Amino acid sequence: MKKENSMKKSLLGAKASRRLSNGIIYFILVVMTVVWLFPFVGILLESFKTETKMQTGYLFPKEFGFDHYVRLFTETDFLIWFKNTAIMGIATALLQTIFVLAMSYTLSRLRFKGRKALMNFMLILGMFPGFLTMILIYKVFSDAGLTMNMAPLGLIIVYCASSGMGYYVSKGFFDTIPKSLDEAARVDGATRWQVFYKVIMPLSKPIIIYTILMGFMAPWGDFMMASYIVHENSAGMSVAVGMYEWLSRTNMNTHYTMFCAAGVIVAIPVTTVFLLLQKYYVEGVTGGAVKG
Amino acid sequence: MKKLNDLEYLKLNKLQALWYKLQLFIFAIPGWFKRLGLKIWNLIKSFGLGVKDETLDIAHTFTKGNWAVKLSFLIFGFGNLYYGQILRGIFFLLFEVIFIVYMILPSGGGYWLGKCNWFQKGATIGTVQGKFEYDYVYDTDVWVAGDDSVKVLLYGLLTVIFIVAFIWTWRLQVKQCRICMDITAKGKKVKSGKDDLKSLLDDQFHKTLLALPLVGILAFTVLPIIFMVLIAFTSYDAAHDGYSNLFSWVGLEHFNELFNFGQGGLGLAFGEILSWTLMWSFFATFSNYFLGMFVAIMINKKGIKIKKFWRTILVMTIAIPQFVSLLYVSKLFTTSGLIGSALNKIPAIYNYLDVNNFVSLWDSPVVSKILLIVINIWVGIPYIMLMATGILMNIPQDLYESSKIDGASSVQQFTKITLPYMLFVTGPYLLTSFVGNLNNFNVIYLLSGGNPIKGTAGGASIGYTDLLITWLFKMTLGSTESKYYMASLIGILVFIVVAVLSLIVYNVIPSTKNEEDYK
Repeated sequence: MKKENSMKKSLLGAKASRRLSNGIIYFILVVMTVVWLFPFVGILLESFKTETKMQTGYLFPKEFGFDHYVRLFTETDFLIWFKNTAIMGIATALLQTIFVLAMSYTLSRLRFKGRKALMNFMLILGMFPGFLTMILIYKVFSDAGLTMNMAPLGLIIVYCASSGMGYYVSKGFFDTIPKSLDEAARVDGATRWQVFYKVIMPLSKPIIIYTILMGFMAPWGDFMMASYIVHENSAGMSVAVGMYEWLSRTNMNTHYTMFCAAGVIVAIPVTTVFLLLQKYYVEGVTGGAVKG
Repeated sequence: MKKLNDLEYLKLNKLQALWYKLQLFIFAIPGWFKRLGLKIWNLIKSFGLGVKDETLDIAHTFTKGNWAVKLSFLIFGFGNLYYGQILRGIFFLLFEVIFIVYMILPSGGGYWLGKCNWFQKGATIGTVQGKFEYDYVYDTDVWVAGDDSVKVLLYGLLTVIFIVAFIWTWRLQVKQCRICMDITAKGKKVKSGKDDLKSLLDDQFHKTLLALPLVGILAFTVLPIIFMVLIAFTSYDAAHDGYSNLFSWVGLEHFNELFNFGQGGLGLAFGEILSWTLMWSFFATFSNYFLGMFVAIMINKKGIKIKKFWRTILVMTIAIPQFVSLLYVSKLFTTSGLIGSALNKIPAIYNYLDVNNFVSLWDSPVVSKILLIVINIWVGIPYIMLMATGILMNIPQDLYESSKIDGASSVQQFTKITLPYMLFVTGPYLLTSFVGNLNNFNVIYLLSGGNPIKGTAGGASIGYTDLLITWLFKMTLGSTESKYYMASLIGILVFIVVAVLSLIVYNVIPSTKNEEDYK
């Protein structure tokens, strides 16, 4: 009887302690949610303010207004920047996918002389900071007329041309598809092209979507290359470069809330696309990490 | 050093065991270099042997070959044409014609090669300096363009690459002609052009797939990098931009400038930036790694509900373009920003800023460094959380159950099961993430911009939070003091740092050695 009691007690104790630890976890998670969402809610709220500069001390607008959204499209080049970035995003998504898939499929599933050497070579090449190449590329592009107003075109080339070097994640994916599939198809008389096109590609939807998603996101997040190529020429800017200027010391007071409004407009399409395809992104990240 | 066997090792107490492991690590270092040296030596040796074999093979081909094969030593693809491989023959021949025409044209390969003055210290790249000259038509001085050093060096480099390709193609076609001869001698048929085209979708499919990506990489990464490595040995800067002033070869002069710790040298600036870069990378990587793993474990814990909701909240940070969120967050911490103004009300912080005449938190070197690391945690946790979630689910559950029966506490479970497993699986990821942080331009540039400003170095104003990569970026921004040669030198040094780190890590972490350990 006594023993039973003590067991009950310890069970109860275990339950209580689990409840306590879960409570602590919930508390931490709620705090984290607040911290993580705070900037986004902040941007959203500030974009509805009618003041133009950063105001000390309050977050909620005293007066709701859509002034900045209207001004964004009437008084600034924002629409051009947005269009540039969208075009770059779509073009990069398509081209980069072709490059990355071709490279990763070859390295993963075809065997040829020099394969290992090629992989090592690209590994070493990747150790140089990528920005280093921009000095020459800028010079060549400016002679070829691919900077300034034409910067989006130049940037698409920059984003895509070397993208084959980022083959790791999708190679990891192709490595997991059983080799026996290829062999079966080969026995049935399929050429390597048919194996690629008819057997493996239909199985590769997740990684294709992941690659497209990454390509689409790249121009939205890139500041370094874009600002270097466009060289302060408004007509060729991407949103990142254009909006960066709005928060400089001289423009802060007149453009701060407008930056928030523009931020909201930029974030909506990108975030929507991303959250819709979240599943594929998660698969890519986890797969890529595990396989190195 | 004495190697202990298992039994002796287990007898050691924790401190001794740690000391033993440390000793093992240190004593292993000469071994790596020895192995590395051996590898390089073997590479050189195999290269030399390869050259020897090739030369013998070529000589053999020449002596044994019939007149068609012999002629193809001079006329590309002659053997192919002779044996009926029209398509290949035409390609080879065309290549030779184009090469010869390009080399002897008045403004062709020979011309550019001659202008480069390869590596002659003090000699300019390009020979004709542009200058203002009196023009009778306009009655004023007009600019008479001379050579553009950048262009000269680029064309020179391209010509060198073309020559290498020429030699390689020559060797290739000689070999092919000989193979054609051998096949015909055996009475078999050689591959026709149609077969060649067909095989591009089958046996040679890798060539089709790799053609486009490799051309892209060669043109937009390999060529620019070789070019920039060459630039490190020239005087390419804003004053000598190659067009208005030719730049010249200077040998190893810039290395002296960079490693000169006295007046006029960049040694101090470089040392400080490098140490902050390494420090930043270390804290950024490991703070994210452990906190992200912790968050993943929390969300994964049994009994926690709406797991998907918590994850989605965090993933939002990845979805929203960094420049929007980071620029906004950086402004939050200024004096008039929401968080900055709230923090300023705390007397200690207020006084600290006041005493040092700082306007905002970003003006203090120490505080801004801490802020960067903290905000980077905000940026980085979601990635690690996602990754760790996937890995945690892969850990066999029976490990936990059996350890529970043995009476392990949850802390012990973490340190003995979860952490080793995670470290094992994500070892390579840690390295990539560390390297990624070394070159983490976005977070630094968008948050602090490298400020607070410390001084100027290498033609750019540098700050306390500048990384090597932002320094490199600032050096090339096209101001009147840009030093492109220094930028390329920094780039080379970043490469060396990364290469050395990778070498160490690959020698230490277990997952690259015993792939089968946990499987």
